Formats: sequence, structure tokens, C-alpha cells
Amino acid sequence: MSTMNSIRDTFFEECEDLLADLSDGFAAMQSGTHDSETVNAVFRAVHSIKGGAGAFQLTDLVAFAHRFETVLDELRANRLALVPELLFTLLRSADHLSVLIEAARGETSVDNQVTAGFVAALDLWLDDKNSAERAIAPEETFSFAPVVLDFPDLGIDVPQNSPEPVADTHSYEIEFWPKSSLFANGHEPAFLFDGLAQMGRIQAKIDLSNLPEWDQFDPSIPFIGWKIVLETAASPAEIKSVFEFVEGLCDLRITLQDVSASPAPPAEEIAQAVPVPAAAPAPIAAAVSSAPITPSAPVSAAAKPVAAAADTHAPKPTLRVDLDRVDRLINAVGELIINQAMIAQRVAELPVTTDSEVVTYVEDYRLLARDIQEAVMAIRAQPVKPLFQRMSRIVREAADATGKSAQLLAFGEEIEVDKTVIERLADPLTHMIRNAVDHGLETPEDRKRAGKDPCGIIKLSAAHRSGRVIITIKDDGAGLNRPRILKIAKDKGLIPADAELADADIDSLLFMPGFSTASKVSNLSGRGVGLDVVRTAVTALGGRVAISSTPGFGTEFTISLPLTLAVMDGMIVSVNGQTMVAPISSILETIRPSPSELHSVGAHAKFLSIGDKFIPIVDVAESLGLNRGRQENQTPLLLLVESENQSQCALIVDEVHDQRQVVIKGLEHNFRSVAGVSAATVLGNGHIALILDLDAIAFQRTGNQDQPAELGLLAKGI
Amino acid sequence: MTIKVLAIDDSRTIRSLVRKVMEDAGFACVCAEDGVDGVNRFAEENPDIVITDINMPNMDGFGVIQTIRSGTTNRMVPILVLTTESADHLKARAREAGATGWIVKPFDDETIVSLVRRVTGARG
Repeated sequence: MSTMNSIRDTFFEECEDLLADLSDGFAAMQSGTHDSETVNAVFRAVHSIKGGAGAFQLTDLVAFAHRFETVLDELRANRLALVPELLFTLLRSADHLSVLIEAARGETSVDNQVTAGFVAALDLWLDDKNSAERAIAPEETFSFAPVVLDFPDLGIDVPQNSPEPVADTHSYEIEFWPKSSLFANGHEPAFLFDGLAQMGRIQAKIDLSNLPEWDQFDPSIPFIGWKIVLETAASPAEIKSVFEFVEGLCDLRITLQDVSASPAPPAEEIAQAVPVPAAAPAPIAAAVSSAPITPSAPVSAAAKPVAAAADTHAPKPTLRVDLDRVDRLINAVGELIINQAMIAQRVAELPVTTDSEVVTYVEDYRLLARDIQEAVMAIRAQPVKPLFQRMSRIVREAADATGKSAQLLAFGEEIEVDKTVIERLADPLTHMIRNAVDHGLETPEDRKRAGKDPCGIIKLSAAHRSGRVIITIKDDGAGLNRPRILKIAKDKGLIPADAELADADIDSLLFMPGFSTASKVSNLSGRGVGLDVVRTAVTALGGRVAISSTPGFGTEFTISLPLTLAVMDGMIVSVNGQTMVAPISSILETIRPSPSELHSVGAHAKFLSIGDKFIPIVDVAESLGLNRGRQENQTPLLLLVESENQSQCALIVDEVHDQRQVVIKGLEHNFRSVAGVSAATVLGNGHIALILDLDAIAFQRTGNQDQPAELGLLAKGI
Repeated sequence: MTIKVLAIDDSRTIRSLVRKVMEDAGFACVCAEDGVDGVNRFAEENPDIVITDINMPNMDGFGVIQTIRSGTTNRMVPILVLTTESADHLKARAREAGATGWIVKPFDDETIVSLVRRVTGARG
């Protein structure tokens, strides 16, 4: 039973792949490619889903896939033209197919009415005759008539459409006694009879004379023979060629019967050529030397041309591995990196010169460890393609629900990101895509008025940038309505009524908890959560999210993510005597400012002036609630960090030591979440160091009282 | 001697199913995932029976049958076609191509096993 369950899992996994193929195919069709292979690949995907679903009695799925496939079959046979309306129906049907698959997987059901609607949409493309036919066909499918067998009877029925004997024919009597080895080798007497029948008229008579009594009956031993009379114009060589491949597997005797009026070779001649009993087939071969008998030709001969063809098609071999094993490996590599750091530190403390052998070996070790780590991380990396493909469905659903017209263009689908990042990105991305359609795009009427194509474009792209993955979601809608955002934020008391904010700051209001621009919570992007949840989710992945908008031209969200969740490049700093790690990805530069660049405003607020910019300064120790041990008048060391909205902040630390790769160890599992701290790591000297959440520390300065609470949320993850 | 079945199907699900049914029945089963893979596996494995899908990438089931039947080794191996189609023209085409018989999906374990036994002569 568990095997069946695992096959069931296989089926649903495969469905995901097939839906991806389907999506690929439709994307190709959308861009104008509809050669027969593309259409056939799409057909095959639906067909395979149907086939697998049938095995698990998923009748709803089978029925719908069948109807879907029927339309695709018409398309494949060029009985339907791929007009945009048809493509639309097909896309929607693919969406519904995935809904049905999900339902089947979760063992829930989908409202029959909904399915009926999609079926009706498909039926519109089938002409009357066809739909009448198809109305019956599904029943055939549902009845699960387990097997239809239809193959030549093992008895003596031979084709009736044998050609009439022509003038120059002879009559041969063929005695055929199969041995059990004939069957064991997979041969089938009926095939032989078919072959004979093609040469002329045959009559076969079964010979049961050797049949033993029931008590002596061994079903593995054939006791039956056939006597076949063949009237043919073919030569004896041709007759024997039919039996070429059962040589030695049967007793065969071929004799010429002179019933024909036409001259024939004397019977003795043939009888001599085929000795009786013909248990030794070699004489046959000798007698008919012209017949090519090559029973033991090398296997490779047939396979070679095919193998060559396979090389051009063969996909890269892959290996499915239990995720636990990979994670165990990743953990071990994490320990290896820590161990390497410890050794490096010990060696650095040794009284040896930098050109000594041990230093070289330690450096080699570091490089090797890094190679291993990168290779191991690559195992967990997956292309974002399936995620992006899901989004095109979200766009269609959202467009339908809001009465808008929208199309998703995806770029960089081949970019690979850690599996967990992809999984945890699905929800925030879905939310942002819905937002882009719901809030970003205008209605088709408004778009026409603005001189735009009524169909809105949402661009979803992924790219690598300096060791991180950048995902952007860009719509070509009206852009953010900043006065309205400002008003809502003031109405809700999120900011003081007299606040005046820069554009970037207004935009970032969208990420504040409790902010939602939709005056009425729509059933789509609303759902009671706002962009703050998106931000929380992205931050929990070590990512950042930024927004930018141009009125009239659309809004762009940028998510920057680490390639892996297990290690990161950190800057080792000390804060109030404690060693901490600052993620390099957030740091723009380190500055030791001159006193003239520091400015105080009021009692506490401090600013750094660079050029014509004033950048707020935050003391890391203070924001973490540590006692300040440093003298106030000493010139501080600053880490310049940039937040999501390109606003900058300078963080005070006491010292900067080193830059190195650290293995991230979650805090919540071992301790609890701490505001301003994203995780911890083990340093080379064996000490534990906290990894700072620089964004959170810098963000605190805005004075948002909700922040500490939210920081806890951030650290907890989604 | 254990009967070796070669199952050729581009659907992982169907491959797994056929393999399970065959192995439960005491047969050995090797799988191939498309037509080209199938004829290569056929040459390597020299199976006692081939069960193949029709509509597959790279080479379809008819191609597989024709390649095997026109080959020099084990060319009269029983070949069963596994299909969701029960259309007569497909059967006729399969028969022409040299299929021994066909099985319409979704298939029933016992029937497919007995069919395999029947065309391979395997002891039941």
C-alpha cells in the first residue's frame, strides 16, 4: 500500500512538471510558436496527467483532462486554428487543470459547476459532431473498462482476407511444433501464421494428438502442434524466412504438395532439404543459404544509430535525493567552515611567518572548504522558473477578478536560488503580483484614456547581482498615488498630521503595519494583510524589499535575496566589548569621520554630513540596550548602511576587525528572538557572535514605536 | 528464469505503476522514459517483453515497435502497447507496426499481469 502511496506522490510531483511543460508550451504559443512539436508536447502533458489520474480513479480530473485533450487534439490535427480566444480558453483550462490536481492531491473536491463552466468553454471549440462524439467518449473513460485486449488469437484463426491464389502457386504443408523455449523467448505462433498468410491462402489445423491426460498436464510444456496448408507463389526460401527467428525453438517440417497444375519441384527435393524430423534447423539454413539468418548478430549493431540519436536529445542525468540528506551535508559543511575558521585563527596566532608551509596549507584548506560549500549549496539551488510560472496564473486570476486585462512577462527564469528561499518567497510574491494587478494596473478604460494598451504588463524578473538574487516586479500602471498614501497614513495616525515626507519615505509607508490603500478590502489583494507582511517574510529570508514608482508609468518592487540561507559574508565588529557580525550586503562603507562632519541636533539626534547629505547616526550599542562604555567625545567608527528605500543611516560600532564568511545559526531554536539581532554564528575562536539586523537597527531611528515588536516578528520568520 | 519487462513511458507515474505491478507479480522490470531511451534500453537489457506508451517525445511507440521489429536481436519479442486510446485506427496502426496486443489505460493489475504471462509464456 505504501508503494501505491509513493506512486501517488510521484504522480503529483510529475503533475507539477507536466503543468510546467504545459505552461512552457502555451508561453511559446503565445509568442507565436505553434509548430507541431510544441502543440504535441502540450497535448502529451495533458494526456499524461489524464493517464496517471486514471490509475488513481481521480474521475473529475480524468474527465476534465479528457475534454481538454480533445480540444488540443483538434488543434494538433490542424482542425482548429490557434486564435487568441482559443489560446485564452486553453490557458484558463490549464489553470483549472492545476486547480483540479491540487484538489485531488488534498483529497478535496472542486465545485462541479465550476468545472462544468470550463468544460462548456472548451466545448465551444468542438463542432457539433465532435461534441456529440465526445459526450459519449468520457463515459467510455469513466467506465474504467479495465482492459481491452485485442490481439491475434493463439488458435488457428487466420486472416480471411488472404489473396486469391494466382495461377503459379504451389501448395506446401507446414508442420509446426513449438517448443516451450519459443514462448519463453517471447515469440508468438500467431505472428508466424500472419506472416504465412501474407504469402497466400493458408489453412491451419490444430494437432492435439500429443495432449496428455489432465493429471500429466504441464502448462509450461506445449503439447499442441499445427498443420498448415499454404497455397502460395512464394519460393520455399521465402516461406522459411518467416521462421527465420524461431530456428531451434520449434520442430518444423515443410513439404511441397503437388496439388497445383503448374510444374513444381518434386516433393522429395524439399523433403530432403528439410529433414524430418526437422529438430535440427541447421540443414534448413544450409538448404536455403540465400536466406539471411543472423540470429546472433551483436546487440550493438541495432542500437548504435539509435544511441547516436539519443545523444542529441538526452537530458542531463539527474538524481533524486532525500532532502534530509542534503541538509545533513549542508550542516556538516557549516561545521567544516567553522572548523576551518578556528584552525586559521590558531595558525594566525602561531609564531610563524606568512610564507611558512602551514600558512599555505591553511589557505588551501580555506579555498577547498569554500569550494565544497559552494558545491553543496548548489545542490539546494533551484531555478525560479516554476515559481514564476505559478505567477502567470495568479495574474490571470487577479485580472479576471478585477475585470482588468493583464499579462505577465517573466525574465531570468533560469536563475537559481536556494530551495527554501523559493518556497518561502511564494506567498509574498503572490501577494505582490496580486497587488500589482489590483492596485498597480488601471482598468482597461482608464488605460485607453491614458493612451496605453488596454492590456497591462507585469514584468517579473530575476537576476544575479553581487552575490545576491534580485527579483523585481514591475507594472506599467499609473504609479503610486502619493497624496492619497500620505492622507491615509495621516488618517490612520501612522504619521503625525503635519508630517512632510520625501517621496521615498511616502512610498515606504506602504510597508508599515496596518496600512492598506484599498479603501474597501478587496477580496483579492486585501485578505487583511498588507505589504508589511511581504516585508516581514522577505526580511526573514535575509532579504530586503524596496519600492519605486513613477507617476503614470508604473511601480516597481525590488526584492534582494541572499543566494543561500546557510552562510553569509559578514564584517566582524565589536560593540561595547562584544564581538558581533554585520552582514556585508547591507554595508556601503566604513567611515571614521572627522569631528567637523558630525553634527548634533537637539539632545540626542546626531547626524553625519557627507557632501551635501545629512545622514542620521544610530548607536548600535544603545539600540541593543547595552551600556555605553565608550567615551562620548571619541570619534566614532561608522558603518554606512542603506535601507530599502535608499535612505542611508550610519551605525556606530567600536571596532572593525575582519571580513569573513560566517555560518548562520538560528537564534530562535536555541534561545529566542532578539530585536536587532537576526541570528548568531560561531567564530573561529569558538565564541558565539550575534549577527546584527542592520536594517532593523537603522529603521528604529524613525521612532516608530511598533518597531521593537515587529523586530520580534522579523526574527521569527513567517 | 525471471521474466524481464521493459516498460517505456514518458510518464513517471505510469512507469512506477507498471514497475510495481510487474514486480509484485514476480517479474523484473526495467524502465525507459521515451522512445529513444526505450530502444537503447531494449538493446542493453534484452527484455522478454516490452510494454510501451504510444505518444512520447523523441520517438513514439510506433517508432519503438518498428525499430525493434526491424532490428536483428529479439525482434519478435512480444510488445504490448499501453494507451489511453481505444480508437480502432490506432489499434490497426499498432498491429501493422507489429504490436502483439494492447492495454487500455487505466489498466487492471491482474489483466495486465495475465496478458504479460500469456504473451511471454511465463509460468503463472
